[in-house]
Amino acid sequence: MTGYKVIAGPEAFLPPAAATMGIELPDEGGALIEGTLVTEEQALEHAAKKFLEAKVPTIFPGPLVLWDWREGVAKKAKAVRDMFETLKGLARPGQKPMLIPMADYRPKYPKIDPEIEINPNHPNLTIWHNKIDVCMFVGVHCHFANISLKIIRGETNCYTIAMCAQHGHEDAMMTFRDASAEKIDQLTAKIKELAGK
Amino acid sequence: MSTAKSLIGTKNKMGQTIVDIEDFFNDKLPKEQHFMTGSEIVKEAIKRASVDMSISYPITPQSEAAALVGELWVEGYVKGYFRGEHEFAVMSQCAGAAFGGARVFTTTSGPGTLRAYENFPMWSGSRLPIMLCLMVRGINTPLSIQPDTIEMGMLLDTGMLMWHAENAQELFDYLLMGYIVAEQPDIHLPIAVACDGFFVSHTKEMVEMVSKDYCIPPYDPYRAPVPVMDMETAPMRIMRDPFVMKSNYISYMTHASWQLEIRGAIERSRKYTKRLMGGSLIEVENGDADIIICSSGTAISQGREAIRLMKAKGMDVGLVKIKTIRPFPDDEVRKALENAKLIVVPELNISGWMAKEIKSCIDRNDRVLVGPHVAGGMTMPPEVLMEEIEKEIALRKVA
Repeated sequence: MTGYKVIAGPEAFLPPAAATMGIELPDEGGALIEGTLVTEEQALEHAAKKFLEAKVPTIFPGPLVLWDWREGVAKKAKAVRDMFETLKGLARPGQKPMLIPMADYRPKYPKIDPEIEINPNHPNLTIWHNKIDVCMFVGVHCHFANISLKIIRGETNCYTIAMCAQHGHEDAMMTFRDASAEKIDQLTAKIKELAGK
Repeated sequence: MSTAKSLIGTKNKMGQTIVDIEDFFNDKLPKEQHFMTGSEIVKEAIKRASVDMSISYPITPQSEAAALVGELWVEGYVKGYFRGEHEFAVMSQCAGAAFGGARVFTTTSGPGTLRAYENFPMWSGSRLPIMLCLMVRGINTPLSIQPDTIEMGMLLDTGMLMWHAENAQELFDYLLMGYIVAEQPDIHLPIAVACDGFFVSHTKEMVEMVSKDYCIPPYDPYRAPVPVMDMETAPMRIMRDPFVMKSNYISYMTHASWQLEIRGAIERSRKYTKRLMGGSLIEVENGDADIIICSSGTAISQGREAIRLMKAKGMDVGLVKIKTIRPFPDDEVRKALENAKLIVVPELNISGWMAKEIKSCIDRNDRVLVGPHVAGGMTMPPEVLMEEIEKEIALRKVA
């Protein structure tokens, strides 16, 4: 072990893949907070706190939840939408929840419109423009999520959360695995609970 | 191990029952013994591997294995099979099949590996979990068809997983395990399962295997970490909008991060591989000895024989076998060699890439004897290994 921690940046000119620094993904039922294995319950609480404390808590839904390509996706997309509506409903003065899609993975030239989308090849542009301090990836293919999360860690001070449907992302500051509509609903419920609603 | 669990216990169209990969290597299923060559073993492994597509081009010593897999297509175990125009075409065609969501198998050797070379980093960069059975042979002029592991040294940084089977049993096991590990969504990389040409491919050995009535779960492309489609279609389209056409910092940063992600994926494979390989990526025998022979493949088989000869002379020598080259088992090797006074690294190539790998991960690496080396088809006689060790003992005054 290297003692490496996956924390908000800007970390380095080219931050390493956390996996090469000894960070291991959780097994079923587990999650990661800053590279440390925790229970899913601990992770839900931590994520909910991060969202409530953020100035611009943002959800980045990717193609896997934006397109109704498989059974169960519409339900998951609705759970994401419900979570965003919850954040908006709970927003305190000065707090601005956002929902910005990552509709595809093509590099955007000559320049991305950071008001309306995020791209895995230059995610920092959208984060800088909107002053996003906490974000959650959901429905982004794992390869592109990891690339994007590394670039965000290198270039910004944004705290990243991955709601991954597969095995999770150690390049995020915290990650869930096996994400389902139910798990997203649990996070929404935890946000409401901690907000006292 | 995470696979297409919903299919476990059901039958495929060949009447094979789909079982968990773990059940191939525990005592749950009936086992059979077969006396076969490595090439025949490839056929038996692929028969049980739920392979969709196999494409190869003949080159010694892998031609027979590829031809035998062709028989599986006739029998119905493999859904698609053809011979490509040459190795570069073959590996590109394998990519096409894998992009489309197929489980793919191919084989090649020596010059074929080098002719196909550009495709291997493309496979890993595109996250295509293609299985390449590498039956290694010499590559340079003057032409040699004989065993030589130099091509493995040239594949180290392609972003592929690379395992080295010592014998036919491991070749069978690794081909099946390899698919399951390589296809995990957090790994999803091509894998080269290498064996030494002729010494393994053309030698008959007893191999234990689960009946052909069972197979591993099919590939589930919907769990892939990239969209299942070609590179010209949104949302990916990395060939039409390539980073190379955009000269700016962001493009460079994306490319670098992309490569780092591939290295990260290789690291993630350790966990799954250890589970299937009995808890370790290395095998240690008599690890307390002052002198350790450390290598992979049939060089380690010859090392075992040298140890037997030296034991008869009253010498105490241990062995560390390295099973996976990528990821390289750095921590395990470092720990296993911590107290060794002399580390001998026999290799079937003249470059000594294995010795370099070992030297780079241990301290006091002047303890490493780089060699002995043989190449171009030469055998590694245990007597030569023993002589080299005795010379080195005298030179270094190792007790």
